[in-house]
Amino acid sequence: MALRRKTAYEEWAARYRGGKPAPKDSAETMSGLPLQPLYTPDDMEGWNYDEKLGYPGEFPYTRGVYPSMYRGQPWTIRQFAGYGTAQETNRRYKFLLAQGQAGLSVAFDMPTLMGYDSDDPLGEGEVGHCGVAIDSLEDMETLFEGIRLDQITTSMTINSPAAILYAMYIAVAEKEGVSPEKLGGTLQNDILKEYIAQKEYIFPPEPSMRLVVDTIVFAARHMPRWNAVSISGYHIREAGSTATQELAFTLADGMAYVEASIKAGLTVDEFAPRLSFFFDSHIDFFEEIAKFRAARRLWARIMRDKYGARDPKSWMLRFHTQTAGVSLTRQQVENNVTRTAYEAMAAVLGGTNSLHTNSMDEVLSLPTERAAQIALRTQQVLAHETGVTNTIDPLGGSYFIEQLTDEMERGAQRYFDEIDALGGVLRCIENGFFQREIADAAFEFERKLEANERIIVGVNAYKDGESGDVPTLRIGPETEKGQVRRLKALRARRDNTSVSNRLEELQTAARGTDNLMPPLLACVKAYATEGEIMAALKEVFGVYREPILF
Amino acid sequence: MTARVLTAKVGLDGHDRGVKVVSRALRDAGVEVIYAGLRQTPEMVVEAAIQEDVDAIGVSLHSGAHMTLIPRILELLKQRNATDIVVFGGGIIPPDDAKELKKLGVVEIFGPGTSLQSIIDFVNSGFKAA
Repeated sequence: MALRRKTAYEEWAARYRGGKPAPKDSAETMSGLPLQPLYTPDDMEGWNYDEKLGYPGEFPYTRGVYPSMYRGQPWTIRQFAGYGTAQETNRRYKFLLAQGQAGLSVAFDMPTLMGYDSDDPLGEGEVGHCGVAIDSLEDMETLFEGIRLDQITTSMTINSPAAILYAMYIAVAEKEGVSPEKLGGTLQNDILKEYIAQKEYIFPPEPSMRLVVDTIVFAARHMPRWNAVSISGYHIREAGSTATQELAFTLADGMAYVEASIKAGLTVDEFAPRLSFFFDSHIDFFEEIAKFRAARRLWARIMRDKYGARDPKSWMLRFHTQTAGVSLTRQQVENNVTRTAYEAMAAVLGGTNSLHTNSMDEVLSLPTERAAQIALRTQQVLAHETGVTNTIDPLGGSYFIEQLTDEMERGAQRYFDEIDALGGVLRCIENGFFQREIADAAFEFERKLEANERIIVGVNAYKDGESGDVPTLRIGPETEKGQVRRLKALRARRDNTSVSNRLEELQTAARGTDNLMPPLLACVKAYATEGEIMAALKEVFGVYREPILF
Repeated sequence: MTARVLTAKVGLDGHDRGVKVVSRALRDAGVEVIYAGLRQTPEMVVEAAIQEDVDAIGVSLHSGAHMTLIPRILELLKQRNATDIVVFGGGIIPPDDAKELKKLGVVEIFGPGTSLQSIIDFVNSGFKAA
């Protein structure tokens, strides 16, 4: 039997090599993993189903974290949105919820992400531009006005000031009569990838890690439905990493949070079930699917075998996916709908738990409502028309996908070993290891594009047919002026003695080792602004400067 | 004569992939590149450009603040009698804004999908817009 198959293989291989036109000598994934033209049972020698895959909802979760996956419930469609003022974004949220979206995802503007109030000179020209401007609890109340916070889940993309926005969300809910334990949602709060890739760091790594751990501890004790951290590979990938680097660096960051939380006195099963992840879905279809499957298997083993987690929920890697912003092109903008659809399908075949699809015009500006709706409809077509929800892990057992999944896993493991040898994640941030790896990969990608070794339709091939004028969303200067006016009115109206007392208490706590969530809650409830709270913390923690390299 | 270029991220966003790739491509092409890093204010950029005696400033923005910050760089260059320093840019800048910025004196805006070679050619041509 085996012999006969071998002969058949060789006959095929001869026909393949003699084929006209001659087949390409070699091929590789976008990340540079070499690919064979064909995979067969011979590639599966020693491969063990139970060890590598198991069943959905079962260790090592390669096939998915839930037994029924999309048969039970499709992935959560979670479109990231926010622009202008809290009032405008509140209207967009109500629109999205009415369109069938089940969860909200808040995009904040740059000053909010960087911890500046809307009237700070450093934020001039940026207020409300790439997200919603939030200065105080008052804005947060407006943002969620008329939305029942115990009926939805909310994801907030915020990092350095995450604990403050988290406190604001809890405070808004309390005012609505919803207690913290009923709140479901996710805080991105992944500071490590800020130093590595997205660069929205403020404090040095150690106090930043302390803030993250404080939120993890707070959520573990008070908010069983809340994911305190969304450990993110998305930004690492968008900054130019390969798929393997995205996988490896993200899980390495995850291990750093686990170790820091254990060090803070939690047992692993107290917090690990609420760790969540966030990955990119890029344009190399099969490589992405393999990456998602490898991520689940790696994390399950790490949590069980390295950290001794006993609760199966601690072993499960649950993740959100966003399609690749960097894969979108300014040229022939409509093609971006197609790119996004393929990327979305890869995420779903990889078993994502929630998904954001980018709008075609995001390469030019924030999305228009029309473009945002097409992006949402792309997911609905995928969920309801293509049949992908009917069978769990439909590519499981594919000779090719299983080999690629194994290869991803090996690549990640090599990076884990290297990071350990270099002294761990924080050391690798300080010495620029991650930044250098990513910059090299980004440059290599551009080089291939420049040499036409990679084709991007409309960019270096098939260039005819430029889109006409594409409508873009514009944020006028009145947004900033209105926001500054409201902020000044708030400062005049609130009890400023109470604000400065709360800020002083926060600083005292920051100098010690107590959990900072209670004093932060007191600050936001006194309507201290985000900028004031960050300034108070900067006095205690200092600010970070990165090593500049390119 | 070798061209000297100061590259910088202006504004609050941290998307430094593009500016780093361009800086490296220019350096590999023999241009003297000084990358100033993230979150440079217009004042910092103009000061550094004058101190370093560069021929051009290349700024990258993805946060939407380009219509505030790039005109300010041009204005500061005027104030410092340094309008011989060329300004070019890139990032997420809608086409209409790019037109407006060029009217104000920015020599070229390189959007997403620009080839590295065209930026190198631009520098080697003495910063002449295509």
